Amino acid sequence: MAVVFQKPKSLTDKELHYCPGCPHGIIHRLVAEAIDTLGIEGRTIGVAPVGCAVMAYDYFSCDMVEAAHGRAPAVATGLKRSIPGNVVFTYQGDGDLASIGMAETVHAATRNENITIIFVNNAIYGMTGGQMAPTSLPGQITQTSPYGRNLETQGYPIRVCEMLSALDAPYYIERVAVNNVKNVLKAKKAVERAFRNQIEGKGFSLIEVVSACPTNWGLTPRKALEWVDERMIPYYPLGVYRDKDAGIGCTPLSMQTFKKEG
Amino acid sequence: MSEKVLMKGNEAIAEAALRAGCLHYFGYPITPQTELTAYMAKRLPKTEGGVFLQAESEISAINMVYGVASTGKRVMTSSSSPGVSLKQEGISYLAGSDLPAVIVNVQRGGPGLGGIQPSQSDYFQATKGGGHGDYHLIVLTPSSVQEMADLTSLAFDLADKYRTPAMLLADGTMGQMMEPVELPEPHTSAVDKPWAVTGTQMKRKHNIINSLYLSPEVLEKTNFERYERYAAIERDEVRYESYMMDDAEYCIVAFGIAARVAKNAITAMRKEGMKVGLLRPITVWPFPKDAVHEAAQKVKGFVSVELSMGQMIEDVRLAENCLRPVVLCNRAGGMIPGVDQIVEVTKALMTSVEGGAR
Ligand SMILES: Cc1ncc(C[n+]2csc(CCOP(=O)(O)OP(=O)(O)O)c2C)c(N)n1
Ligand code: SF4
Repeated sequence: MAVVFQKPKSLTDKELHYCPGCPHGIIHRLVAEAIDTLGIEGRTIGVAPVGCAVMAYDYFSCDMVEAAHGRAPAVATGLKRSIPGNVVFTYQGDGDLASIGMAETVHAATRNENITIIFVNNAIYGMTGGQMAPTSLPGQITQTSPYGRNLETQGYPIRVCEMLSALDAPYYIERVAVNNVKNVLKAKKAVERAFRNQIEGKGFSLIEVVSACPTNWGLTPRKALEWVDERMIPYYPLGVYRDKDAGIGCTPLSMQTFKKEG
Repeated sequence: MSEKVLMKGNEAIAEAALRAGCLHYFGYPITPQTELTAYMAKRLPKTEGGVFLQAESEISAINMVYGVASTGKRVMTSSSSPGVSLKQEGISYLAGSDLPAVIVNVQRGGPGLGGIQPSQSDYFQATKGGGHGDYHLIVLTPSSVQEMADLTSLAFDLADKYRTPAMLLADGTMGQMMEPVELPEPHTSAVDKPWAVTGTQMKRKHNIINSLYLSPEVLEKTNFERYERYAAIERDEVRYESYMMDDAEYCIVAFGIAARVAKNAITAMRKEGMKVGLLRPITVWPFPKDAVHEAAQKVKGFVSVELSMGQMIEDVRLAENCLRPVVLCNRAGGMIPGVDQIVEVTKALMTSVEGGAR
């Protein structure tokens, strides 16, 4: 009988620890599928964040490094600069990438560091039990915004793709979602593109995946996916924010490109 | 043997690192170690395989170091006190992940922004951990430009040998001082690193660089194993200089610039017939406990000379184990104890020990 569906080769047999209905599993799969499709597992190094995905190092069968909270882009910079022929990706949550690690993110982007970043935006701190994230929505109730995120005292959510695409340097920035089949298929393409960019020596590629955290949102998995459509995507519109190949979202200076070692 | 060249201490560190096969350097500007960063910025881009990167912060620099160290290559970062404070998180992660790397601290006065003059007030931070968790760094303290070069070389070798970060704990004087130096011969790591993340090439199971162990039993085990390595370092890697200790009745303990001033003070005191010697720790972790303990059997007292409010003195006291009085001779905030001060403090110690017999 023909096998029509199986686990990607670049995922290990380790059982995922994520909550039922958590999109982290889907996003892991998309990353692994891209690695398989491109045939790069043997030269790929993944960097796990501090957050729910901290144990990603057990799930991907390529070499893995666990970074300190928010430091993954700096660690990835070291890994990539050390062996430029390797393919280096980070997998980071919103607290990791957009709060404690914002400096590392922005500077890796502005160096057009030839790495691939998978940024999982679930608008909350999942691992620590549901605190406000830099991407928590206006009015969103979390453990540390029990009366709803107050824009006056707690600030506005950060739109990472929009912010980074104001920089001249980064090569490719796209926001996708994984809350329905159509979106998953688009996300799959985007993730693969982000890895291919690196192999082709093009530079910094970041894919923001609008995700969900049913557990800490206090919603069933199905309701959480609906909330993505109703609340998340309107605030975080999907689409390509920077694509130097297609001239999308480019600043005047950003069309100047430097070929990187891929 | 290579010929002697006249160099600044900071540059000697950089050149020695290059000669030790360190082709990756990440830094962030801070006085008084800027020459080191500038030297690397000049040399590494012109060196085959060399990478120089000015990071966005010391936090990023140490994490870039973490990335390169994960691939098994020699890598260094340098800074001065406030910057080294920022690196502590990364240093703890390096220790927790058993990654070799070299960190240079050309110390300046603190706390806070402090000043830019030389200091030894990061001794506790360097020798007692600095970051969170149970760990040590191998800490080497140069006392000449020659040692800036030699101990940099050694730091790379020891870091690789024991799979641990190592620190060169210098001070602003050492960094800025110019002296003739015989540069170490070029060499590279002799240690195999099968744990490195270089890509599986589909030929082995994946390697993981990690410091997370959610099971306390397993985490405890990693700590115990690491401390076995530390025990070997304490047994085999203690380094110190013993100067005029054979007939000494009083012992000065000092490292770095303080040891140099102490030697001049000893010359002056010996002229007056006072039998004073010097123990100069070259490794402050591991601290030369046995040497101090042995000295305590025959000398009448110790003077700890430091550019701090008295930090190493605690290790001296632990090592001599309350056998003899230990007094502090110090300046702080970027000031350096002078010969006169050392002589005066040593004489006062003699008077109190010998009841004014002299
Ligand atoms: C320096 C530091 N500060 C705080 C923490 C605690 N911590 C662990 S995970 C986390 C938040 C992670 O949130 P996010 O990046 O959004 O990922 P998620 O868990 O939602 O996937 C925090 C604050 C830590 N481990 N280290
Ligand atoms: S806490 Fe949220 S993000 Fe973390 S695994 Fe559970 S559902 Fe997923």
